[in-house]
Amino acid sequence: MTKPLLELKNVVLKVNRNTPEEIKILDHLNLTINAGDFITVLGSNGAGKSTLFNAIGGDLSIDSGQILLNGRDIAHDSVEKRTRFLSRVFQDPKLGTAPRMTVAENLLLAQRRGQRRGLRPRRLNRQMDYFKEITTTMHNGLDERLTTATGNLSGGQRQALSFLMATLKRPELLLLDEHTAALDPQTSQDLMHLTNQRVQDQQLTCLMITHHLEDALTYGNRLIVLHHGQITFDVAGPEKAALTTEKLYSFFAEIE
Amino acid sequence: MSVMVSTIGQGLLWAVLGVGLFLTFRILDFADMTVEGTFPLGAATCVVAISNGFSPIAATLLAFVVGSLAGLITGLLYTKGHIPILLAGILVMTACYSVNLRIMGRANVSLLGKSTLFKNKFLESLPQYFDSVVLGTIVMVVVTGIVIYFLQTQLGQGFIATGDNQTMARSLGINTDNMKIMGLMVSNGLIAFGGALVAQNNGYADVNMGIGIIVIALASIIIGEVAFGDLTLNQRLVAVTLGSILYRFVLLIVLSLGFNANDLNLLSAIVLALCMMLPVFKQAFNFKHILKRGLDTND
Repeated sequence: MTKPLLELKNVVLKVNRNTPEEIKILDHLNLTINAGDFITVLGSNGAGKSTLFNAIGGDLSIDSGQILLNGRDIAHDSVEKRTRFLSRVFQDPKLGTAPRMTVAENLLLAQRRGQRRGLRPRRLNRQMDYFKEITTTMHNGLDERLTTATGNLSGGQRQALSFLMATLKRPELLLLDEHTAALDPQTSQDLMHLTNQRVQDQQLTCLMITHHLEDALTYGNRLIVLHHGQITFDVAGPEKAALTTEKLYSFFAEIE
Repeated sequence: MSVMVSTIGQGLLWAVLGVGLFLTFRILDFADMTVEGTFPLGAATCVVAISNGFSPIAATLLAFVVGSLAGLITGLLYTKGHIPILLAGILVMTACYSVNLRIMGRANVSLLGKSTLFKNKFLESLPQYFDSVVLGTIVMVVVTGIVIYFLQTQLGQGFIATGDNQTMARSLGINTDNMKIMGLMVSNGLIAFGGALVAQNNGYADVNMGIGIIVIALASIIIGEVAFGDLTLNQRLVAVTLGSILYRFVLLIVLSLGFNANDLNLLSAIVLALCMMLPVFKQAFNFKHILKRGLDTND
């Protein structure tokens, strides 16, 4: 369980490069993610949380430092190449699914995440029973809507589908970027429970950005806080279990 | 009778443009202006190739290849050069004009006395105008069949996803740049292929024959959709061909009202604009409600 899966070493990422407005969004950031970690990520707006995800995912290229996956530097790999080990769920339910394609077609796309797509027939019908089975586990009526275009689903259903798609083909690392934030409180809680269940069952390694202090404390085995592009707080195991919202609040008051 | 047959024949010959444009306009979800250049490019390539001793089939296929190269350039400008797609298309379209003049050597090249796809024993044995109906049907069955098969492959699904939600497609490992380039290549290949068919049917290629092509191709797509309503993707591709035929009938009616061929581009634009605004009219006048009331006896 303590083998490092992903290591970020001295990662610097700037925006507005070579202009007077140049800012270091990630400032010599160091982070080691061990296989099996379920890390909740806290930090105020602009602390660099989403940028951290974009740096890991490859949407933003880093200015210096290393991103090592199982010891291999992937800092210059394309977004497409990184999807072989990585999957993501975005905050906006619209970003995670293809609106004009059906639920089943979306799942079929996700099944080949990071793999070559050739001129073979897609063979959707062969998978329908399996898709029915896994969508039933979501308990939100998704299984009844396999042939519905995802654009016609509710936000909660779409986001549950995005999450299911991200874990359909087991990722080595799962990035959740406030994936429950756009949902109503009840739907948000349901998806959070499902998320926790699936991360435990599949023994996934996961980073989850959240603004919910309770969620950050309840879920996961490790908690980190990002501030000005650096990790200023990092607790795991019993130490994290002993944390309370009061302690977190006082910590935030200190760093601001 | 022969007018009807000739109109259907024209609709079928031009339908391949609609299917080509469908790939970019409906699936990738952008308007590709390149087609105004690749249509005469296909015609010029085909006519000059035939004049230089190529067989009509080889010349028509060569037109597809040359057209897809133009699509490749638009795709590279758009994805790698970060030029907005509308401008990238206009750039290649403009460049094509000069290229077409280079290929043909002058503004108009005739196929008089040369062999074409239409000049074979079987097609010539048919009654007048049936040649384009038969050839057009064969072409559309083959082309639509290939496109439908492709869209149901793993790659085809990635292509659809790219146009539907680029962020998601990328997060699933789909190379969206390559998908767009591929779509532009196949689309422009088909448009050039259509140019080659039309040139052989007309018996000449003209450097100005591309003007208004995007409107004609769009008209097939939109009229097909308006006429047949809610359809699956595969059905919509078939509807393009029917839309192309309907569009020819609309033109036929308009011409019979006393307009002449010089008015065609104006009329095409008006027809297309009206069809595209139909959803707005429907809302404004509550068409469906009025229609339902007219038909529902229990109301």
